[in-house]
Amino acid sequence: MMLPNGWEMVVGLEVHTELKTKTKLFCGCANEFGSAPNSQVCPICLGLPGSMPVLNERAVELAMAIGFALNCTIQDSTFHRKNYFYPDMPKDYQVSQYDLPINARGYLDLPDGSRVSIERAHMEEDTGKTTHLGTSGRIHGADRSLVDYNRSGVPLVEIVSGPDIRNPQQARDYVAELRSILVAIGASDGRMEEGSLRVDANVSVHKPDTPFGTRCEIKNLNSLRSLTRAIEYEALRQIDVLEDGGSIRQETRHWDEDRGETSTLRVKEEAEDYRYFREPDLVDLAPDQAWKDRVLAGLPKLPAQRRRDLEALLTNPTDAQRDGVTTVVDLDLDLYVEGVAQAHGDVALAVARAANELAAANEKLANLSVANFVTTVAMEQSGQLSATQAKTVLGELLEKGGDPASVAKAKGFEQLSTDSLSATVGELITANPDEWQRFKDGDDKLAQFFIGLVMKATKGQANGKAVIAELQSRR
Amino acid sequence: MTEPLSRDDVAHVAKLARLRLTEDELVRYTEQLGKILVHAQDLSSLDLHGVAPTAHPFGLVNVVRPDEVRASLDPAPVLAQAPDVEDGRFAVPRIVGEAP
Repeated sequence: MMLPNGWEMVVGLEVHTELKTKTKLFCGCANEFGSAPNSQVCPICLGLPGSMPVLNERAVELAMAIGFALNCTIQDSTFHRKNYFYPDMPKDYQVSQYDLPINARGYLDLPDGSRVSIERAHMEEDTGKTTHLGTSGRIHGADRSLVDYNRSGVPLVEIVSGPDIRNPQQARDYVAELRSILVAIGASDGRMEEGSLRVDANVSVHKPDTPFGTRCEIKNLNSLRSLTRAIEYEALRQIDVLEDGGSIRQETRHWDEDRGETSTLRVKEEAEDYRYFREPDLVDLAPDQAWKDRVLAGLPKLPAQRRRDLEALLTNPTDAQRDGVTTVVDLDLDLYVEGVAQAHGDVALAVARAANELAAANEKLANLSVANFVTTVAMEQSGQLSATQAKTVLGELLEKGGDPASVAKAKGFEQLSTDSLSATVGELITANPDEWQRFKDGDDKLAQFFIGLVMKATKGQANGKAVIAELQSRR
Repeated sequence: MTEPLSRDDVAHVAKLARLRLTEDELVRYTEQLGKILVHAQDLSSLDLHGVAPTAHPFGLVNVVRPDEVRASLDPAPVLAQAPDVEDGRFAVPRIVGEAP
């Protein structure tokens, strides 16, 4: 997207991810979504007097894994209390990392080759969930609010990018790549809609080679679509204000997905004073080299490397094939494609089937072994199954399991015998003499006409390549 | 030595802590807190070059627990502590603005 009159947008993103632990950050209450309200609370996460927080080891390891994956320096860190008055935290403070975050100064490389710096990725606890009751259903106009503390104390890592993003697509790519990494390393389930991955965008505009403009922070971005729409809207809004001679004030704005616009949530009149101070109930975190090495050793191959490895199996991959590979990696279907490659099968065909048929039934993959996928692709490649038949067989295998040969047989996808195909072609030539003559005279387009007729006559059981071979032999 | 902190500093901190102080209290706390700060400033007169900052007297690090679920509280007595409850949740007065 191009901004008018030479304006440039500057975007930095803050991504909060809930960590996939069994328990909360400082207590043994379950970290589980969707339980009865206030059923996962204890004296620690309710902030009752005398309770003492103890750090979750697994949360620390996931935070370090995020740091490694984002090329950060993993450093000794401390915890602070961020004091504020809002009922989503019963303690009236949130424990977070302030001047010494566990991960600092990293970067993330995007598929388009650009690099976005990571300023920090720190640990903190999530807040409770507030529901605002009232006529409008929104914050403005609610008469009371209801609070569920099940989420209060759930471990989060907040990943703060540098102001390096220059357009909405790049912002989208950054979040998509980050989400893919977080899922791959087992840190997050990556569900933006459920709020386990939340994005705030800091947006400003300026003319190149001039200082950055005043930024606004956009909240309530619950999907990649919201993210790109909100950034674009906000940049254009700021340009309108500036070109009309106005100025931008630093504020927090709320994205309204239905109305497609941002509106002021609160103005930052002075630097917010959270009276940060060291959390006296927690000691410093200083992972030794052995602990870091263990986490690093447990880190799986990252999505970028997996994409490179799969693309290396393709000869001169097309854009569509690269997109297919991205889908394969995002949905963790690598093993299927690699299986076909190991069997010296058609990798491009494998990518297409995995990125479409397998992706469409991702939750039923347990029914389909790699070996059965490899066999089905081989049957399609050899012409034993047509493309339509292969898709049907995969659909059936994903739905009910079984082996490809039996499914093909049960579906009546027996290969047409050469004799039977030959007879059908012969009949159709006799029935369409004019078209046959034009084909014989060199009009190759007529091959498609005959293939269509054969497919219709055989209810799709014929193989296109076999039909062409038959036509050519009679030409 | 200049005043370690002003009446306005105390008023500001009181506001951040949601404390409503009378004028008399402001004056009294300004004096009392000032004495504490002066005492802390005594440390600044020591030569502490080469001494690492210490946040904790025990020198402990990495106190962690395994990621194992422990029983939570029964919600009923927890909610019974609250002035108002609706739908298994704590009901609070209308909130202006969003969480910081």
